[in-house]
Amino acid sequence: MAGIDITGLSVEYPNGVRAVDGLDLRVTDGELFALLGPSGCGKTTLLRTVAGLEQPAAGAVAIGSRELTGVPPGGRGVAMVFQDYALFPHMTVAENIAYPLRVRRAPQARQREAAERVAAGLSLSELLDRRPGQLSGGQQQRTALARAIAVEADVLLLDEPLSNLDARLRLEARTFLKRLQRELALTTVFVTHDQAEALALADRIAVMEAGRVRQLGTPREVFQRPADTFVANFIGSTPMNLLDGTARDDGVECAGARLPGPPGLPGGAPVVVGVRPEYLSVAEDGLTGRVSTVENLGVTSLVTLECAGGVLVSLTVPEQGEPAAGEVLSVRPAPGRLLFYGAEDGRLLGVR
Amino acid sequence: MSPARVVRRLGFHVLVAVVLAFFAVPMLWLASAPFDAEPGLGVRWPDWTTSNVRATLAHPYALTSLVNSLVLCVVATAVTASLAALAAYSLSRVRIPGRDALLYLLLLLSSVVTGTAAMVPVFVLMLQLGLIDSRFGTALVIAGGMLPAAIFILKDFMDSVPRSYEESARVFGASPAQVLGHVVLPIARPGVAAVVVWSFVNAWGNFLLPFLLLRDVGRQPAAVLLRTLQDEGGTANLTVIPVFSLLYSIPVVALYLLVDKRYGFRFHGGIKS
Repeated sequence: MAGIDITGLSVEYPNGVRAVDGLDLRVTDGELFALLGPSGCGKTTLLRTVAGLEQPAAGAVAIGSRELTGVPPGGRGVAMVFQDYALFPHMTVAENIAYPLRVRRAPQARQREAAERVAAGLSLSELLDRRPGQLSGGQQQRTALARAIAVEADVLLLDEPLSNLDARLRLEARTFLKRLQRELALTTVFVTHDQAEALALADRIAVMEAGRVRQLGTPREVFQRPADTFVANFIGSTPMNLLDGTARDDGVECAGARLPGPPGLPGGAPVVVGVRPEYLSVAEDGLTGRVSTVENLGVTSLVTLECAGGVLVSLTVPEQGEPAAGEVLSVRPAPGRLLFYGAEDGRLLGVR
Repeated sequence: MSPARVVRRLGFHVLVAVVLAFFAVPMLWLASAPFDAEPGLGVRWPDWTTSNVRATLAHPYALTSLVNSLVLCVVATAVTASLAALAAYSLSRVRIPGRDALLYLLLLLSSVVTGTAAMVPVFVLMLQLGLIDSRFGTALVIAGGMLPAAIFILKDFMDSVPRSYEESARVFGASPAQVLGHVVLPIARPGVAAVVVWSFVNAWGNFLLPFLLLRDVGRQPAAVLLRTLQDEGGTANLTVIPVFSLLYSIPVVALYLLVDKRYGFRFHGGIKS
């Protein structure tokens, strides 16, 4: 059991691309930690560097205060599950699970016993003598997890653990993974590009872009108070409204309406106003526009308004309250859910 | 059935029968001639006898040459398969500029070097190394000629082993030797099996190199001896040749069956992802 300390870490590829760029991160003991970001943001490279599969150009990784520079992957006390699970096709499930023990030259009987014990915990007991090719996607994933658990490592690393499962199975596997991590209380870092997965699973999330951490926080913090417009855009299954506005003395002027503004902004300063569709509701006045489309999301519908100057604003409305297309609506943000970002740097200026 | 169709089917079957006969006659000869009291070059129902077999076993060099063949082939195959596996693995994993060009060049040159064109230089080289009349030396030359093609075949198999398998094993603490022995070779096993059979068959049938490099008839392999099986008059010795040919063809068939049964030519491949 140990936390992970990453200090000033940079990883460069031979072609000169900086996949990870001067990154600092601390994962505490027993935490379920998500590295979230779009493709190519360096999240998988970061994970592989922790595992020792990539060499950092600068900086250091420590696990449980043990400095790991130059330590080969096998000596780091980490276990890793690859995106394709990397189950060995010529070995049975039992042999796969016991493989870490075989590497350490444990006796056959102990290998089998360990495989049976770990497999029982992941309901794989019936499948011990099958080969990976005869397993379903979910069973393969659990076998890969079992093999990683059999290592009895300090840290578990998961590369896109759910991406190879179909949508239905993914939800089940998500719940299963979270429960398993709680039971093992094992420091776990997983990589995902799916913001919903990160929000649902993680204790804390690092949102990454271009090799840097853009925001570090609990799922609630990241969802409710994105630190900049990149995170605001990336998090949330319906994209956040990001509207250009101008600061005035008594608020912010935006899409032909006047909204309450954060205190202390110089008049005339350009800002970006952010508000999630879920936090907008129909009101007497506020942002006013004509309904252009209504999309059914199941329990709610996503309504897109065309406001003054062609600015599009979307909001969700509960079922059976859908307006007709062409109708004119005014909407207001819920208190404390209106976010203001600097137009230049995209950093969060205030909340109202 | 319309008459035209009947004719067409008839024609097809006749054609198949002719082609079949073309391939079957030598096989039938190989099956019948060794046990015929008066073996000839035609196929006929034999007058059963075992005198040919006895004559062959009594031949001073027949059995020795088969043993020589086995020694040559086992050494050449072992050298080819093990070196090709290591070379193919490293060539598949290491990125060096001009790697593919190098492979093609080797492949191209190997067919020249061990072929007729390099007959004289190879002989001189072996003479200076003092390896003339050495079965081991001859096996090495045969292996050298087969290596590029074997590397070429195996590299494809090595390429198809996903890197994540190796990385996974490394994270579990496996050494490079363990990665190769536990993960890469078992997955590439059908390729290794194919190379073993291919190089054995190639070495078994190789006439030119042993003919050049092994002057002592007691060390010559079966492929070379077969040419010298003549009676005093200089005509083919038909009491010995049929039995010898039968014995000569057994190991290759046996090897194929054994390898197919034990190791299989089927490919595990990766898991669909």
